[in-house]
Amino acid sequence: MEKRVVFRSAWLPYALVAPQLAITVVFFFWPAAQAFWYSTQLQDAFGLNTEFVGLQNFRDLFSDDRYLDSFRVTAVFSVLVAGFGLAISLLLAAMADRVVRGSLVYRTLLIWPYAVAPAVAGVLWAFMFAPSIGICTYVLKKMGIDWNWVIEGNQAMLLIVIASVWKQISYNFLFFLAGLQSIPRSLIEAAAIDGAGPARRFWTVVFPLLSPTTFFLLVVNIIYAFFDTFGVIDATTQGGPAGATNTLVYKVYYDGVKAADLGGSSAQSVVLIAIVMALTVFQFRFIEKKVQY
Amino acid sequence: MTHRPARLVRVALAALLAGLATAAQAQTEIQWWHSMGGALGQKLNALADKFNASQKDYKVVPVYKGSYPESLTATIAAYRAGKAPHIVQVFEVGTATMMAAGQAIVPVAKVMADAKEPFNPKSYLPAVAGYYTDRNGNMLSFPFNSSTVVLYVNRDAFKKAGLDPDKAPKTWKELNAFALQLKVRGQECAYTSGWPSWMHIENFSAWHNVPMGTRQNGMLGLDTKFVFNSPLHVRHLTMLGQMAKRGAFTYAGRTNQAEAKFASGECAMLTSSTGAQANFRQNAKFDWSVNFIPYHDDVKGAPQNSIIGGASLWVMGGHKPAEYKGVARFFSFLSRPEIQMEWHTGTGYVPITMAAYEMTRKSGFYDKNPGADIAVKQLTYKPPTENSKGLRFGNFVQGREVIEEEMEAVFAGKKDAKTALDDAVRRGNEILRKFEAANKGR
Repeated sequence: MEKRVVFRSAWLPYALVAPQLAITVVFFFWPAAQAFWYSTQLQDAFGLNTEFVGLQNFRDLFSDDRYLDSFRVTAVFSVLVAGFGLAISLLLAAMADRVVRGSLVYRTLLIWPYAVAPAVAGVLWAFMFAPSIGICTYVLKKMGIDWNWVIEGNQAMLLIVIASVWKQISYNFLFFLAGLQSIPRSLIEAAAIDGAGPARRFWTVVFPLLSPTTFFLLVVNIIYAFFDTFGVIDATTQGGPAGATNTLVYKVYYDGVKAADLGGSSAQSVVLIAIVMALTVFQFRFIEKKVQY
Repeated sequence: MTHRPARLVRVALAALLAGLATAAQAQTEIQWWHSMGGALGQKLNALADKFNASQKDYKVVPVYKGSYPESLTATIAAYRAGKAPHIVQVFEVGTATMMAAGQAIVPVAKVMADAKEPFNPKSYLPAVAGYYTDRNGNMLSFPFNSSTVVLYVNRDAFKKAGLDPDKAPKTWKELNAFALQLKVRGQECAYTSGWPSWMHIENFSAWHNVPMGTRQNGMLGLDTKFVFNSPLHVRHLTMLGQMAKRGAFTYAGRTNQAEAKFASGECAMLTSSTGAQANFRQNAKFDWSVNFIPYHDDVKGAPQNSIIGGASLWVMGGHKPAEYKGVARFFSFLSRPEIQMEWHTGTGYVPITMAAYEMTRKSGFYDKNPGADIAVKQLTYKPPTENSKGLRFGNFVQGREVIEEEMEAVFAGKKDAKTALDDAVRRGNEILRKFEAANKGR
């Protein structure tokens, strides 16, 4: 039953994977190795003076309460982004799946935001929620809410969560929709004949069948929240106010690129690599068991 | 549609030929990286064009490299790759980083001496030149666009609130009282401030003649420590925190976001850069004035003089002697009073030489634009002391960030001023120590 291509040549399979391996080595392993190397160095901005300091950069990091706080910020941010991102897109996909007329239009509109660059998405939402000129601020003020994310940390967090979720919904939507459409109608009809209502059909039949998709998206969304959102943050809050939106990846970028502290920034990248590796292993070991393929 | 590629090829060929044609002339090119976007960028390009038209040997090529931090990062990366530009514009908080850069830079005094260009550091405003001069008296970078903080007052809003528009607040006590009255009379935002650290810690210290850090604010060495958690600093930040609580002070952000709030009429008083004047002249639909920043009148010796912000031009190492000659020629050109006056009146930045200031005054510019000379008057109010000459703190990009984070915590009511300033000093000192360790022996 198993389909397997057998190569008779000794070198051909290696030659075929070589380009992909080369890309991985040059763009992933090599920079990662460099990050490890720099994380043990203390260096001035122009690289004129380099000194091996062992684990000093890591000790500095973990004695910095701001760095420890940015773990909390990142955890809150990632849970919110992945949670809302998945829930909203699943809802939209479930509804779009039922639309008969003009479904193409709905789908296209829902997929659009994915083409927007993170920085642009950030600026867009920052404008709408700008403390003095934003249209949403105006509406909120009319409702009696004092909206000023420049000083209110929770509002700033909300802003970057909204912008990040909005950008990611399209991607999740695509996968959920594809997942929904691949569920055989007969299963749902059988459940309906047995007297299950729409909600029960969804939770006992559709959702378990969607679990591979959901699991894949969970991994992708966590990684998105960890790494890809710094464009949104840089364009809006820049980690402020008072560090309320200073996520781990933004701090790496800020310390390395803006503050020219290569050693400290590299040490943070190494920590970040370790976290994401641990998270991915955890997800595959424990959550994947609940997935029904 | 099918014609398009052909046309593109033709355009590309034409561009290539044009490029070859300019390269064929035996001109020495001077690369100048800068961070002046928009209208300021046009003024800067005009300066370069004027220099290029004034002689045939050198051609200055200005390249916009994004914001100050971006351009500094680009320069560091370019230097590491051996492709640094000749001249780069670096903002004042990057000064210590550049000064510690050893062979990566060439001191301006040396560039001028080697090229035998006339150069007299004494002709520059002391508050400007002092910022960029090392402890042996050598000017290391060329002051280009210098600004300082001033107090802007919306005169129409003052009238509406029953305040005398000719009487801008002189002290913080007055500003506080005026702000409360404005608020009571329905002004949505009474007072706001751009650049919180630059205004309320850095300039505040100089203006009251108190140190921000030891070792003459870092001018004497990398072993400087922050000391801006003195009772006076705590008192000032406590006052701002209370004003924020009562709605008399509105925090707007870490850079110049507050300027938009003033220009739109939302805020009645603003402390921010002199560089904002060009914007207000164009966009403010009300009568406004420029004034000295307030001080606490019970502090002995206050007011002293304010310190500059803005940027200076650094010369990067590793180029040919002929190219440095061109750089020196260009700096001589930039120092000319008429060029300085053009830059100063066109942008709102401070004239960096006394001669340029005198020339502008005689031209009647200050009579037509009242307040445009406040910055110079404030910078030269008294001869600079060791507390008001300028700042030299390593990795101050991060240092300022720490200060601003802690200030935000006070404005949000999450920390009291004393704790926030103590924390800022402690965290700031960690950054200074790290910089000292990374730049040993300089």
